[in-house]
Amino acid sequence: MGSRARERARAGAGPADGQPMLELVDVGKRFDRNEVLKGVSLTVQRGETLAIMGGSGSGKTVMLRLIAGLIRPTSGVVRVFGRRIDGLGEEELLPIRRRMGYVFQGAALFDSLTVYENVAYPMREHTNLGEDEIRERVGHFLSLVALGPDVLGLLPSELSGGMRKRVGIARALAQEPQMLLFDEPTAGLDPTNAKLVADLIVRLGGGVCDTAVVVTHDLELTKTVADRVAILIDGRFAALGPLDAVLGSGDPAVQAFLAGEARVTT
Amino acid sequence: MEAYLWRTAMWYGGVGLLTAQVLRSLALPPKYFRLVILEIEVMGVRSLGVALTASIFTGMVFALQSAVNMARFGAENYVGPIAALAILRELGPVLTAILVGGKVASGITAELGSMRVTEQIDALRTLGVNFIKRLIVPRVLAALLVFPVLTVLADVLGVLGGMVIMFFERGTDMWAYWNTTTYWVLPRDFLMGVAKSFFFGGIVTLIGCYNGLSTTGGTEGLGRATTATVVHCTMGVIISDFFLTKLMLMLFW
Repeated sequence: MGSRARERARAGAGPADGQPMLELVDVGKRFDRNEVLKGVSLTVQRGETLAIMGGSGSGKTVMLRLIAGLIRPTSGVVRVFGRRIDGLGEEELLPIRRRMGYVFQGAALFDSLTVYENVAYPMREHTNLGEDEIRERVGHFLSLVALGPDVLGLLPSELSGGMRKRVGIARALAQEPQMLLFDEPTAGLDPTNAKLVADLIVRLGGGVCDTAVVVTHDLELTKTVADRVAILIDGRFAALGPLDAVLGSGDPAVQAFLAGEARVTT
Repeated sequence: MEAYLWRTAMWYGGVGLLTAQVLRSLALPPKYFRLVILEIEVMGVRSLGVALTASIFTGMVFALQSAVNMARFGAENYVGPIAALAILRELGPVLTAILVGGKVASGITAELGSMRVTEQIDALRTLGVNFIKRLIVPRVLAALLVFPVLTVLADVLGVLGGMVIMFFERGTDMWAYWNTTTYWVLPRDFLMGVAKSFFFGGIVTLIGCYNGLSTTGGTEGLGRATTATVVHCTMGVIISDFFLTKLMLMLFW
């Protein structure tokens, strides 16, 4: 059994057939007196891309951080890969997080390490791969995000915003995740780079990692990548379902939100 | 007032919890020992100049002041042991901890705080890395080694500084100075100071790490956290010095 397989076994077997990869049941989150999430529930099946939309400060990123176990819910249940994680300690969460890839809004690259070292980091931490194999894999993951060997020696401060995002995605892919979590992947990018990232998410869904949760307020991105959409308004899902059904929702709050987003993105 | 007391209680509780997490995570994977070596270099080698310069001048000024004033009572012969006791028991460990601690801990706060506000610590966590083992434990282990070593070196230079200034300024015979000093100063005087420095190293490093990890409010918050670390470390060393001294006198004197 390889080290990664052993680790997955320690983390608990994946969800049984038909079981969701991710399940939130009546999850609430409060920061002091500010109630950000008020009992949200959702499931994500294997092979599915769910886009969570909502305005700024609506709790989208909080939901992603709850899924990754970076924060704990105030109430409710969070199950990832069939395992309940809302009560787990930091040490118990580590093997579960190794099966997810998290792409941060600001990329969160390690600023003292080069692009090569950033992408190689998960492999250095969790595998016994030799330097030649790591180099080969780093090249492979960078090629998936359309970056060449010319960026290997650059520091994050020497990259453009779009390149930083793509290196962040390559680093997340280097974990060989079963589920990817994207936090505002197109925020702050010009239309060309935003389209590049959107196409990349679609391509990743075609084989590299077929399950994803994308938090965004970019309607164009949602239309490109999502199988299902959830719209978060005032701490609750105002709509949750297939893309066409949500876009055609009769709920005035949803329509007002979508109309606002459409104005922003066109 | 109530908010201030609450913040203070939260801060002490936070440092206590971090200490407990560090104690639980002391068993490092072998690859992380490289980080301990790196931290020893950052903390120890790069702080040598500050610690040794401060100690030699403190030793000289202490001996000079003592000589001038003890001469009034005809007790100039005892400047050697008085200076040595002060340096070994208090000045060596405390000054080293305040100077090196302030420098090291504020650097740690700046680095960890910057990682915190740019989500690099969260990135480590999402990559399945135990950030306590990766970022905190190597620094604490390095400090537990570096502070006693720096204190020993500071002690040696402080005592020598006192001896040299007495020779040049007061014409004291070096051998007589040395003999009087070694007659009155006991090994436990030296060991108590070194033992204190071990605790000081742990305290200032944990304060630096905690303030870095709890940084909020972007770059402005980072500046506040770094400044607070210098104050917290200085106060932490001075206050804990009293309690450590009291405890050690009760146990070993």
